[in-house]
Amino acid sequence: MTKQEKATAYWKENIKYLFILLTIWFLVSYGAGILFKDALDTIKIAGFKLGFWFAQQGSMYVFVILIFVYVRIMNKLDKKYGYDN
Amino acid sequence: MTTSLLLVEAISVQNWTYILVGLTFALYIGIAIWSRAGSTREFYVAGGGVSPLANGMATAADWMSAASFISMAGIISFAGYDGAVYLMGWTGGYVLLALLLAPYLRKFGKFTVPDFIGDRYYSNTARIVAVFCALIVSFTYVAGQMRGVGIVFSRFLEVDINTGVILGMLIVLFYAVLGGMKGITYTQVAQYCVLIFAFMVPAIFISIQMTGNPIPQLGFGSTLSDGSGTYLLDKLDGLSTELGFAEYTQGSKSMIDVFAITLALMVGTAGLPHVIVRFFTVKNVKDARKSAGLALLLIVILYTTAPAVSVFARTNLIETVSNKEYASVPEWFKKWEKTGLIVFDDKNKDGRIQYVANKDQNELTVDNDIMVLANPEIAKLPNWVIALVAAGGLAAALSTAAGLLLVISSSVSHDLIKKIINPKISEKGELVAARLSAVGAVCVAGYFGINPPGFVAAVVALAFGLAAASFFPAIILGIFYKRMNKEGAIAGMVVGIVAMLFYMMKYKLGWFDEVLPDKSEWWFGISPEGFGSVAMVLNFIVSITIMKFTPEPPKNVQAMVEKIRIPSGAGKATGH
Repeated sequence: MTKQEKATAYWKENIKYLFILLTIWFLVSYGAGILFKDALDTIKIAGFKLGFWFAQQGSMYVFVILIFVYVRIMNKLDKKYGYDN
Repeated sequence: MTTSLLLVEAISVQNWTYILVGLTFALYIGIAIWSRAGSTREFYVAGGGVSPLANGMATAADWMSAASFISMAGIISFAGYDGAVYLMGWTGGYVLLALLLAPYLRKFGKFTVPDFIGDRYYSNTARIVAVFCALIVSFTYVAGQMRGVGIVFSRFLEVDINTGVILGMLIVLFYAVLGGMKGITYTQVAQYCVLIFAFMVPAIFISIQMTGNPIPQLGFGSTLSDGSGTYLLDKLDGLSTELGFAEYTQGSKSMIDVFAITLALMVGTAGLPHVIVRFFTVKNVKDARKSAGLALLLIVILYTTAPAVSVFARTNLIETVSNKEYASVPEWFKKWEKTGLIVFDDKNKDGRIQYVANKDQNELTVDNDIMVLANPEIAKLPNWVIALVAAGGLAAALSTAAGLLLVISSSVSHDLIKKIINPKISEKGELVAARLSAVGAVCVAGYFGINPPGFVAAVVALAFGLAAASFFPAIILGIFYKRMNKEGAIAGMVVGIVAMLFYMMKYKLGWFDEVLPDKSEWWFGISPEGFGSVAMVLNFIVSITIMKFTPEPPKNVQAMVEKIRIPSGAGKATGH
């Protein structure tokens, strides 16, 4: 692989991961917390209606997890392409 | 042992406040002296070698302002479900920041956001537009912070608000001017510790009191500790509807508005210059990603606790005052009545407090801020906890003010003086200019703190809309769309910020009509707070359309874009 091809391949993989992670980001906040809130509210876990819980708790936990997953994925990807120096 | 305990009991709230605030201030000043900046690199980006954890803590303190600390839980407790726009909006933006901005801007390796815009769009016009946007965003935001400092001082130390503002100015001046980013970073680390401790201690105490669960995040989904077996949230839903309010877990905003506000706040968060610039201070791209994750983790500790505090406080408030004899209300009620934050107007003269949704019958007005400030007293916690809340509120307000002042001073000394007016200025000269602009910025901020124009409070929340409408699309397109050129980016930023300013002036400030236009006239039913997302979309559309009809960027700029996409070889941040 030339330097140029390597850079392009790295970027493509990066975009793919971004797409997956941002889809989850959208689903937990705008999806579960807003658009499908009323449907999820019919499910109750302890004192929490599920839609309400996603809006005021769950989405934030997922956000934190998403960034740490991203950090892991990117560290691996950097190593694979030798960009980790 | 017993004597020392008695001593602790005997110290008044006032004296505890002097002790705790005095100690924390001594700490901040000590750090400032230890971390003086000797070069522009230290002044703008703390030398560029800050560890991911230190940067995460500093970012969290920088981010969480007096509004997050004092007002947010109160706002949520009156808004119920709708409060989620702030919770998701002010945290979800960090995902965008970590995935789409921070690593690439760190690789780019300059000092400021206008630096990136100016270089990426090979144009001083773009740079000036960016400086202008950065100044509007930061000034609207910082004026609110100085006011916050004044209010906290005046409530807890019983000095007047103006004396409070001046005291706050002197402290910020001292460490921002002396230490620049380096001083600010390490004081923010200390301020994070103070503010998170001050927020969590009362929350945990109250959670145990009400539900028996020491973790507030779980406590507000638990059953009440009175043995009734009722879930706390069910009880609050019931109380709210009984008094004619919307059900707590339902809220009353329309779905499209909740969506738009959340989006504007998220994108705005990712576009705020004082947050972005923190990621210029770490060693490399890997550290930038990691510290974004740590920053969000540290922020989420407070942000997941706040909605629990809201539920505890609202329930407590209703139980304590609703339909009770005014003569028999607890002492804290009378105390906060004096400050004007609680107002009781016995309309039907029955001597009881009617707290209901119906405006004509309601007799009680409660300021949002009470929920956090008076919470320890309502829950009968010890004096030192009450004083701790004052120290925490000050830490939150000061750390954010300092971060914003640095953005303002570097916009002037670096982006305007060094890059446009006098490129030949020496490093020493630039450092002097940076310090002088910090002094100037503190004075302007202090002036607005003492003489707040009526529209400041209304506008602070809109700083996010302005950031979303201007910076975010320009930065994203600059990284992810190599073909994006200066014509497109400049047109997009100008249209975005003008659209946002227009909507704000028309529908929030009412400057264009005799009376403030009614909600029903909002475009697509979207409030001014949510309009940033519409203006952002407009920015994207204008940028891309104009780009299609104008020449592609020069080869060296396209090569630069390819370079920032590769994480390795991020050098030290420089100004050249």
